[in-house]
Amino acid sequence: MRIGKDLVAAVATPLVLGILAEGESYGYAILQRVSELSDGELEWSDGMLYPLLHRLERLGYVEASWGMSPTGRRRRHYRLSAGGHAAIADQRRQWEVVSDALKRVWDDRGSARVALAWAA
Amino acid sequence: MTGGGQLEERIAQWREFVSRRDAIARDVDELESHLRDQIDGLQASGLAPDEAFLIAVKRMGRLDELSKEFAREHSERLWKQLVMPDAAPQASDPRSLWLALGLAVGAALAVRLAAVLLPGGATGALINASVLVLPFLAIHFLVRRRASAVTTVAVLVPFAITAVVLNAYPFAPDGMTQALSAMHAVVAMWLVVGIAYAGGDWRSGRARMDFIRFSGEWLVYYALIALGGAVITAITLGVFGSIGIDAQPFVGEWLLPCGAAGAVLIAAWLVEAKQSVVENIAPVLTKVFTPLFTLLLLALIGAWIVQGVTASSEGTIVVFGERDLLIIFDVTVIFALALLLYSLSARDPLQPPGWFDRLQIVLLASVLVVDVLVLVSMVGRIAEYGSSPNKLASLGLNVILLVNLVGATWLQARFVFGRERFAALESWQTAFLPVYLAWTAIVVAIFPVIFGYV
Repeated sequence: MRIGKDLVAAVATPLVLGILAEGESYGYAILQRVSELSDGELEWSDGMLYPLLHRLERLGYVEASWGMSPTGRRRRHYRLSAGGHAAIADQRRQWEVVSDALKRVWDDRGSARVALAWAA
Repeated sequence: MTGGGQLEERIAQWREFVSRRDAIARDVDELESHLRDQIDGLQASGLAPDEAFLIAVKRMGRLDELSKEFAREHSERLWKQLVMPDAAPQASDPRSLWLALGLAVGAALAVRLAAVLLPGGATGALINASVLVLPFLAIHFLVRRRASAVTTVAVLVPFAITAVVLNAYPFAPDGMTQALSAMHAVVAMWLVVGIAYAGGDWRSGRARMDFIRFSGEWLVYYALIALGGAVITAITLGVFGSIGIDAQPFVGEWLLPCGAAGAVLIAAWLVEAKQSVVENIAPVLTKVFTPLFTLLLLALIGAWIVQGVTASSEGTIVVFGERDLLIIFDVTVIFALALLLYSLSARDPLQPPGWFDRLQIVLLASVLVVDVLVLVSMVGRIAEYGSSPNKLASLGLNVILLVNLVGATWLQARFVFGRERFAALESWQTAFLPVYLAWTAIVVAIFPVIFGYV
């Protein structure tokens, strides 16, 4: 299954915020976690993560700082700010509405089809 | 050569290649760090170094798409149209030069025709400068941005209304309100050009900041062209003078007005086409002039305190009382704000606060003091001599600037102490553009009516 480009773009922000809510992280690890959470179904090119992170930083949802990896390499770490926590709560409400609506329409149609089948 | 050495060499080559993209260059460290993480991960799962490198580069994504995405987020690094092939035609496109040249000739002819046809002659053309020249600049952007019909109407209607106001109002000859209207119309119409510049996306803070940056750079180019123009004018006068021909009428009627009008378009074209030239000058200019201007303001306040003390011991306070002086101080406050805006627009929003941001607090605080002093003496003058259109226009402007400066100083201080994001400073300033437009529109269209066209 291939998830559409627009859907990937839409889901990227809440997903990255959610991953950072689990704790401070950095680019490569965030992408690893995305892959892990979606069983490898949700993917985008690695580079695209960075403009997204920079946008979240500009909006004040995350804070970034240069740190060191265990092997002594420079690495930019991202952590959620207070504004980011609020943004997650907001995003979550929105996605719940969307997923509820989709679930309802698909389930209803499913049962309607069953009812029709019985009537025939 | 060892495998590790070869890998390092390849990473260095990749880095050099990616750095050529202006939109990405500043983030290449972060991307390299990611590339190395990815290579390590792939090698740990059993791939050879060169295989790991190839896959890591492939996963990074296509460079075109990547630089487009970076450009979208970091528009301050370059003009969007230079990197996005699907946005407006590129500035290097020869057609854009012909468009600009054609419109420049149009603006020049419009000014010249107005000077001949309008009842006021040259003065009439000067009063109508905003609606004679700036529509051509607006059309330039409407064409370049392939603006929608709605945007085109939203831009051209204000020009039409302003033209009617400037010419149909029964202004008293050489009246105060006519001059005020004409001057404020220039600012109002420039802001309307901003709507065309943003391609109708005037609500976007990013687009507004881009327009502020454009305005600053346009001013730099215009000043350069004006300098060149002054030299040419002097040479023209001198050369023809030496062979006994008086070039004065030609210079006064053609060269000066047409040149000044056409240069508006040419400067705008240069800003977009030769972006990288000014891009390097802008930060330098602000870094040179901000400290100098701060010093000037501090000296001014110091002089005022000293003089104020001596004057009050004699029983009269002279400073800030004269009208000419007040205008100079108005200009000072506006210039300081323009300097601030320009440096905000040229700054990388993700940079942590540094010495320059601290210096800007000093600049802002001293402008604030000057503005309060101007305001106090202005209110004093109005109370003493009564109000006039000039004084009220000046007062309104100062009140708006005061509100802006108080907010800007507060946000700047919070930003320097790490309590505020840079974006808040930007959105504070960009939110003022509609305020300026509203105020100038009031002075253009409503002041003359209230004050009986004096």
